[in-house]
Amino acid sequence: MNLSKVIWKRFCRNKLSAVSATAVIFLIITALSAPFLAPYDPADIDVSNILFSPSTSHPLGTDELGRDVLSRMIWGSRVSLSVGFVAVAIAIFTGIVIGSIAGYYGGWIDAVIMRFVDIMLTFPTLFLILAVVAIVGPSIFLIMLIIGLTGWMDVARLVRAEFLTLKERDFVWAARSIGVKDSGIIFRHILPNALAPVFVAATMGVAGAILTESALSFLGLGVQPPIPSWGNILTAGKDNIEIAWWLSVFPGLAILLTVLAYNLAGEGLRDALDPRLWGSEDI
Amino acid sequence: MLYFLLRRLAFMIPLIFGITLITFIIIHLAPGGPAEIQAEMSLKASAQAIENLKRLYGLDKPLHMQYINWIKRFLFLDFGVSFVDGRQVIYKIIERIPVTLIINLISLFFIFLFAIPLGIFSAVKQNSLFDKVATVSVFIGFSTPHFWIAMLLMILFGVKLGWLPISGIQSLDISDMTKLELFMDRAHHLVLPVFVGSFGGIAGLSRYSRSNMLEVIRQDYIRTAKAKGLKDKEVIFKHALRNALMPIVTILGLSVPGLIGGSVIIESLFSIPGMGQLFYSSAMARDYPTIMGILVIGSFLTLIGNLLADIGYAVVDPRVKIGGA
Repeated sequence: MNLSKVIWKRFCRNKLSAVSATAVIFLIITALSAPFLAPYDPADIDVSNILFSPSTSHPLGTDELGRDVLSRMIWGSRVSLSVGFVAVAIAIFTGIVIGSIAGYYGGWIDAVIMRFVDIMLTFPTLFLILAVVAIVGPSIFLIMLIIGLTGWMDVARLVRAEFLTLKERDFVWAARSIGVKDSGIIFRHILPNALAPVFVAATMGVAGAILTESALSFLGLGVQPPIPSWGNILTAGKDNIEIAWWLSVFPGLAILLTVLAYNLAGEGLRDALDPRLWGSEDI
Repeated sequence: MLYFLLRRLAFMIPLIFGITLITFIIIHLAPGGPAEIQAEMSLKASAQAIENLKRLYGLDKPLHMQYINWIKRFLFLDFGVSFVDGRQVIYKIIERIPVTLIINLISLFFIFLFAIPLGIFSAVKQNSLFDKVATVSVFIGFSTPHFWIAMLLMILFGVKLGWLPISGIQSLDISDMTKLELFMDRAHHLVLPVFVGSFGGIAGLSRYSRSNMLEVIRQDYIRTAKAKGLKDKEVIFKHALRNALMPIVTILGLSVPGLIGGSVIIESLFSIPGMGQLFYSSAMARDYPTIMGILVIGSFLTLIGNLLADIGYAVVDPRVKIGGA
């Protein structure tokens, strides 16, 4: 049996990770088909229906402008997921480039880069993000960028550690001896072997990015109304905390379940990818 | 020990340099520079304030000179004056630090109090029902948005049941309270913020201590201890626990930036007059000098946290040679 089949089999054997992977796929489909799934236009203001509690016509109630909460949440999932994916893509790309360079070249290059990583890790991330957003002005692209640029350090460390051990292996020396260029060795020979922990970090990174985006939007420095995001629906929930519990409960539950699904899928992936945990029945 | 400390302090110098450099770069991200932005928002900044700002950053000079000047001022903790109320930024920050520090220290105390036994017990009883329930709860714990759990608790205990206050750190009228009543009043106000502050940390740390403990109990010396016929309890508490707990000291240092960052959310939700709330209101008002000041001070607190953790680690782990040989 080939390697990816073994990993897939191991991943699916763990019920929790199989369920969470299904949830992840379900959420992506929901976000993609938002225009067909949402019962109402998420921006449709209806002053005769302000802050109605959940009912058959509005299953999750209406908000302070009479908009349908379910529809806003379905559209909001697009924001959360796209911020999650793009931010993580930026973080992974930056982390891989920086980590590979540090690990492959070593020496003073490595020392300088790792000090830079240390510096980035000393900033309270939320402060850094809030400062940039406050200065430049909130926009969804800036949020993706800044969450990505404050989240690459763990990936860089992981990739660097893999490179440090892999670069001394025979197949790398073999490639070097036949004159393969550094870039070829880094990207074609070493990197593919160093990616397993990066996949795990990416999956869990999506969870972290979604949490950060929701916190930013909640604080009013993230995705700006009228674009619906789970975080900014919760802001309305906070303003109406004494009269409209549904505005607080449902979007939060959506964040919790989404983040949980990504975290559990990441954990399942970690176990499935760890050869030390493989039993005889796997091969 | 002195040598260890000196070396450790020397290690911090490039970090401090880097922190100030990044902070400096961030303020220059503002389109058109800080003074122009402030000029556009002239409602808040008078012409005098713009002049002050230009002088503070020396905006007429080349970039590297601006940075050097900024560093010089910063060595005397001079971050300039706030755009909002014209007060010295450093005083505004210093008066906010104690509240934030106290809430974070109490939260840390509870994090350690609950997380370590939870993690150790899960590891010892690996794959038991307790372990499985704990693992799932831990994942739910660090997947829950802080501000959301805070809101739910405010609805339940503040609005519906009316048991706990949901804003501020003391009652409005405290003039005729005794010391004990004052203390109880404070404690009463801090229940929800501290719970929310320690919530995610308990999840993370218990997971960490569980995996540490699992690592340790697979070691040869544990098998040896068991083979000698020692009781399970003795093996766990005398042989395994100490080794499993040592790396946790470093977590203390690593958790500082998260705790300080998290205080933005907790303090603005519960209206607690700490550094996080100050940062939030400064960010909303685009009060650059205060934003920059808190960014630098917040990172310094992290550096100090890391330093204390390293010293703690050197003290508990005899393998770290603090003599520096």
